[in-house]
Amino acid sequence: MILYDYILSPDCYKVRLLASFVGAPLELRAVDFHPGGEHRSAPFLRINPAGTIPVLQDSDLILTESASILTYVAAAHGPDWLGDDTPIMRGRVAQWLAFGHRLSASIGKARTHDMLQKPADIDACRKSGVTALRELEAALIEAHLRGDAFLAGHRPTLADIACFPHAMLAPDGGISTDPYPAIRLWTRSLRALPRFIEMPGIHRLHELKPEPTGSSL
Amino acid sequence: MTDPIRDEWYPVALVSQLPQGDRDTLLLGEPIRVTLQDGQPMVTASGRVLRSQARYGHVWTSLGSPTRPLFDIPEADQPGRRLVDVGLVRVKCSPLRAVENFLDIAHFPFVHTDILGAEPHTEVGRYDVAIRDEVDEVWATKVQFYQPQAAKSAAGGITTEYMYRVPAPTVSVLYKTCPPRPGEWDVITLFVQPLTETLCEVWPWMALFDDTTPLTDLIHFQQTIFLQDRSILENQQPSLLPLDPGLEIPTRADLTSVAYRRWLKRRGYTYGAQLVAA
Repeated sequence: MILYDYILSPDCYKVRLLASFVGAPLELRAVDFHPGGEHRSAPFLRINPAGTIPVLQDSDLILTESASILTYVAAAHGPDWLGDDTPIMRGRVAQWLAFGHRLSASIGKARTHDMLQKPADIDACRKSGVTALRELEAALIEAHLRGDAFLAGHRPTLADIACFPHAMLAPDGGISTDPYPAIRLWTRSLRALPRFIEMPGIHRLHELKPEPTGSSL
Repeated sequence: MTDPIRDEWYPVALVSQLPQGDRDTLLLGEPIRVTLQDGQPMVTASGRVLRSQARYGHVWTSLGSPTRPLFDIPEADQPGRRLVDVGLVRVKCSPLRAVENFLDIAHFPFVHTDILGAEPHTEVGRYDVAIRDEVDEVWATKVQFYQPQAAKSAAGGITTEYMYRVPAPTVSVLYKTCPPRPGEWDVITLFVQPLTETLCEVWPWMALFDDTTPLTDLIHFQQTIFLQDRSILENQQPSLLPLDPGLEIPTRADLTSVAYRRWLKRRGYTYGAQLVAA
């Protein structure tokens, strides 16, 4: 599988993160999104006429939407990440995969505006970003009341991967995450998973010091 | 009369991006426009044409009357080097904080984990720092640090040697062990455009000996490093860089920063700085 990738893109990072979690082999093809604008070049538009990243290519299959890419990688290499085959969990995973697009269109755009000076209606992006984070916070609180630590249920799924990067990176676009303790706790749970990987702006959890022993007390 | 702030040269655009259209931006709080006039870059402020020049991949300009030429990087003209435009990154911080962060080594294992540093190799050894009066620049030499992946061209962990140079108040040039060509230095710069005292655009640029790594990978390596710093820079307090001692307690590893602040104060460069500890 080839991923057309940009190291600073949260949507590309979702695919790298999932591939790491499930141990899927991923060949990265770096796209000069900034400053080169390679995603708008003729050769790239032949691969993805929408001119967006990420793009996943596996033999003849080309996928250009984050939700479809995540679904394909999970189905091929880590079906657990699709969630249980129950109507309610399937519904929740699909819901949050779609919600991920709202985060990209609000928080993601605010971020590339503030960081790389890409055009955006910054006030509108921040406003809808805050609205989305409040919905995410409320949903996570409800999940906790049900006894679930993750968005779609008792274990992590694509729902979490679809929403996690933008929720972490919101401050890059001038959107504070301070008011959202449930989001904070949830992002810690995800960062604590085995085979978690980082991207710039999303750091790993610091390893805890070993328990003090008798002689060092 | 000379003005130590307005008379400096500042980077304001990538030469390679000028054909894409005019760039309206800020310099020291003043709106400026960078355009292409008969194939040459031109910078104006409220219709006034400013002095400008194209060098090191960027357009440099000054709001005042520069008394000295733009600093020299002789390596930029050395045959065989690849010149890499990394592109702008906007940061909500003092332009001087951005330069100071670039001069710091101690944060490598904690912020650039497994790339420029790794625990437990956290000690910054002794190094030499001097304000070279003959060129009026800050230099740090004999800086050594263990790095898991010092450059895109480095295959594994190596002890990297560095030299840091501050040739202008908002510019830092880093010379670094060059894995494919021992004896030469890779050159990595941070050109900082001060938009206001607490907002800047940073233009990293590189002149490397590396014939194998694809250009985009080189750009992404440098963007990765700088974007790991960005959120930390935006949260530093106080946002203006204190030039007087008292507010922050430096350690031995901070000698370059101490010299940089002293040098800024001596030159009267106070844009983005605070003089009395708050």
